[in-house]
Amino acid sequence: MKTITNKVIEQHGLKLEEYSTIKKLLKREPNLLELGIFSAMWNEHCSYKSSRKHLKNLPTKGKQVIQGPGENAGVIDIGDEDAIIFKIESHNHPSYIEPYQGAATGVGGILRDVFTMGARPIALLNSIHFGSPDHFKTRSLLNGVVSGIGGYGNCIGIPTVAGETKFNSTYNENILVNAMAIGHAKKNKIFYSRAKGLNKSVVYVGSKTGRDGIHGASMASAEFDDDSEEKKPTVQVGDPFTEKLLMEACLELMKDNSIISIQDMGAAGLTSSSVEMASKGELGIELNLDKVPCREENMTPYEMMLSESQERMLIILEDGKEKHAKKIFNKWDLDFVIIGKTTDTNKLTLKYNNKIEGEIPLDALASKAPIYDRKWVKKKLTKSKIDLKKLKKIKIEDALIKILSSANHSNKNWITSQYDQMVMCDTAQKSGADAAIIRIHKKEKAIAVSVDSSSNYCKSHPLTGGKQIVCENWRNLISVGAKPIAITNCLNFGNPEDPKIMGEFVECLAGIKESCEFLNYPVVSGNVSFYNGTNKKNISPTPVIGGVGLISKLKRSMNHQLKKNDSVLLLIGKTFGHLEQSIFLEEIHSIIEGQPPEINLINEKNNGESVLEIINKDLVNSVHDISSGGLIITLAEMSMGSNYGVKIDKPKKLTDLFKYFFGEDQGRYVLEIDRNNLEKVENILKNNNVFYENIGFTQKDYFEIQKELKIDIKELYKINNQWYNNY
Amino acid sequence: MKSSVIVFPGSNCDRDIAVALEKMQFKNQMVWHKETKLPKSDLIVIPGGFSYGDYLRSGAIAGKSLIINEVIKAANEGCLILGICNGFQILTETGLLQGVLLRNKKLKFINKDVNIKVINNQTKFSNKYKKDQILKINIAHNEGNYFTNPEHLQKLKNENLIAFKYCNTTGNTDEESNPNGSLENIAGIFNSKKNILGMMPHPERMIDNLVSNTDGVNLFSSLLN
Repeated sequence: MKTITNKVIEQHGLKLEEYSTIKKLLKREPNLLELGIFSAMWNEHCSYKSSRKHLKNLPTKGKQVIQGPGENAGVIDIGDEDAIIFKIESHNHPSYIEPYQGAATGVGGILRDVFTMGARPIALLNSIHFGSPDHFKTRSLLNGVVSGIGGYGNCIGIPTVAGETKFNSTYNENILVNAMAIGHAKKNKIFYSRAKGLNKSVVYVGSKTGRDGIHGASMASAEFDDDSEEKKPTVQVGDPFTEKLLMEACLELMKDNSIISIQDMGAAGLTSSSVEMASKGELGIELNLDKVPCREENMTPYEMMLSESQERMLIILEDGKEKHAKKIFNKWDLDFVIIGKTTDTNKLTLKYNNKIEGEIPLDALASKAPIYDRKWVKKKLTKSKIDLKKLKKIKIEDALIKILSSANHSNKNWITSQYDQMVMCDTAQKSGADAAIIRIHKKEKAIAVSVDSSSNYCKSHPLTGGKQIVCENWRNLISVGAKPIAITNCLNFGNPEDPKIMGEFVECLAGIKESCEFLNYPVVSGNVSFYNGTNKKNISPTPVIGGVGLISKLKRSMNHQLKKNDSVLLLIGKTFGHLEQSIFLEEIHSIIEGQPPEINLINEKNNGESVLEIINKDLVNSVHDISSGGLIITLAEMSMGSNYGVKIDKPKKLTDLFKYFFGEDQGRYVLEIDRNNLEKVENILKNNNVFYENIGFTQKDYFEIQKELKIDIKELYKINNQWYNNY
Repeated sequence: MKSSVIVFPGSNCDRDIAVALEKMQFKNQMVWHKETKLPKSDLIVIPGGFSYGDYLRSGAIAGKSLIINEVIKAANEGCLILGICNGFQILTETGLLQGVLLRNKKLKFINKDVNIKVINNQTKFSNKYKKDQILKINIAHNEGNYFTNPEHLQKLKNENLIAFKYCNTTGNTDEESNPNGSLENIAGIFNSKKNILGMMPHPERMIDNLVSNTDGVNLFSSLLN
């Protein structure tokens, strides 16, 4: 057997001091199999060793929360015995090495997290970030990732309903692929991973185990270097067809009380699933590796335990249910093998050829795994010296067209038409809106979902950036008439061993916490992805927020398309004209400087709740929040694809038109109101102390700012739909 | 009216079509692909999805499954058969419908609402539509590019066997409105006896204004007529 040298330890992604701890915990040297298992459980991806200390501070409770972080996914209560189960997860590293399979298995993995808990998945979302469009890799990565997401979701038959796609040179050599899945279950039929009872059968179901993805989780816990291509074998290969069978088989078995606990084999495969189930149940677990269904010959215990082959599950069954369960899995042509049992040893025991090949106390792998209090430093804030008067002159019309035709602000039909958004027939609002809307099957209620990020804001001021993304996500749900309930987050950062990066993490998280607490918008699940970078170049901090809200009556949901001629347009919230870190400065003047706009949580909440009240009282025709690009982009988006445009007056107070139209002040919305509803709406706004302005009205066919520009909305639509087709 | 929906491993529009059939008052049953007998049915639906993961070729393995012999038998006895999307692909694999469905011209999966025109409204499947009526129906496929030989194409035209064609909002069947490169914009065809319809668009997705529109409803009410 291979002796464990310092090099072997390093290859397993472990530090020498961590190896000493292992020896202390075992009171002996581990063998190679055991070392592999420690490496799988102690890597950043599985152990959250750098983040755990800070994640603890997030608000995770509330009367709407059934299950917070720590399970396969978060669970929230949406009334009438219905629960929504959801989570977002990253698959950044594999997707950069092998975009199609990386993205596809990202989708597959997050779906398993959701149906493992007893939910039928009802929607998929994604947040994907690529390098600059001119970077030589971007085109093929974009193509591969989009095909991979579509390939998996389309085949399994879960609609991909919303997402965001962004380009920024910070991701040139480390793209981000975050996938989110949402499922629906009955509140009293939720399945957990905690094992219970002695001598219960541990059953392996799903695909066979192959040599793919060995050390995938460790790979995802290190930076890339010039040899990243060589890591291709650590990327798993997905098979959505098998996952569809596995999903149907699991959901069929979940109809009765056969299952004690269930856990999917995700990162670190058989190792993490068996360890998590047993350690949560404070039991031991014994696996007979001779029984593991293998795809390839002569697989060693080491390979079986560390493989990340997809579409596999581990189930602990009630006594006497084996036959019944086997019948279901056989019906779906899936492997079903009893590979072990629960024990009272509090150890993971691995047998092969009647010999114990490895034995590790479970607490050494779970509760005694290292936790680091990494050094971090506060972000040094830079003052911007932008003098707007000195910038090169540009017409408002030209700036608008340039932004609408840019990679980041173009219509993403090219992407979304590659995803089946309609399968399951409950997608009431697809991609392209503030939030997607999914009806709860055969009910009149629906959920609204959105994913959001703002890496430039988070880079320049992590605390404000963290606050802002939660608010932006909250606003998006409000805009479609949903009451926001809870979020999941995917925290994509660079190398946590660098105090500056760790500082970005800590401060972003503090911002997220502050907004979530204020808005009663708890975090119920999430994932941390560190080491996003190549050759010491870290990505900008990119926390991604996935939010879920409830629409109690689908027919009262809202969208952003202008509906009528001559309605009044109200701008909700105060406009100060904040241009630092704006899309305007970035796209038009190539300036990324200064601070993001401030977040005023009191106004944010008050404005949002007032807008929701107006929607619920059926007083508004369309609603759109104002986000990147400012008021003018919001108005353009409301017009494009509609039959109506706008006629906007010049501002009365703020005289700099660029500040007024392109400023990114927060907490703002545009509302389209019928003239005969105006008084009622104004009364609500006045009663609630909401600042608002009457900025103009809708008109047929034209997008117009008085004495400044007038464009046919069809032309605007065309401009907005070119970029992807020409790329 | 009694209907049966065949479920293959990998079918994923089976629930959607069942919901539509039940909403339209069909007495519906789901039939697992390993069955060797069909329940008595007036209509058999082969739903959309990725039967057998589209392995080998979409529809190829399902076309050789146990239950398919029963479907062929029923078809020959005049039972109404509707194949939607992957169901259309399966029907061409079995030979119940002629022609093939090739990869989409742009080699990408396409999901969007497209306009289709009712070409023949004198059939069991389309009698509630007006001739040349324009419908907005969702498509979602990788292989919907219909192709057949010149003799068969001539036959399709002579015998009025083209059910639907892709068109623009004014009913023009031009190249721009053809989403997948399909021969002569064909979106769906009948067999000679007009008891079998294969179509790429998904009528079961268009039965509810709250999520889409109701342009698919008349296909089902035609069958009940």
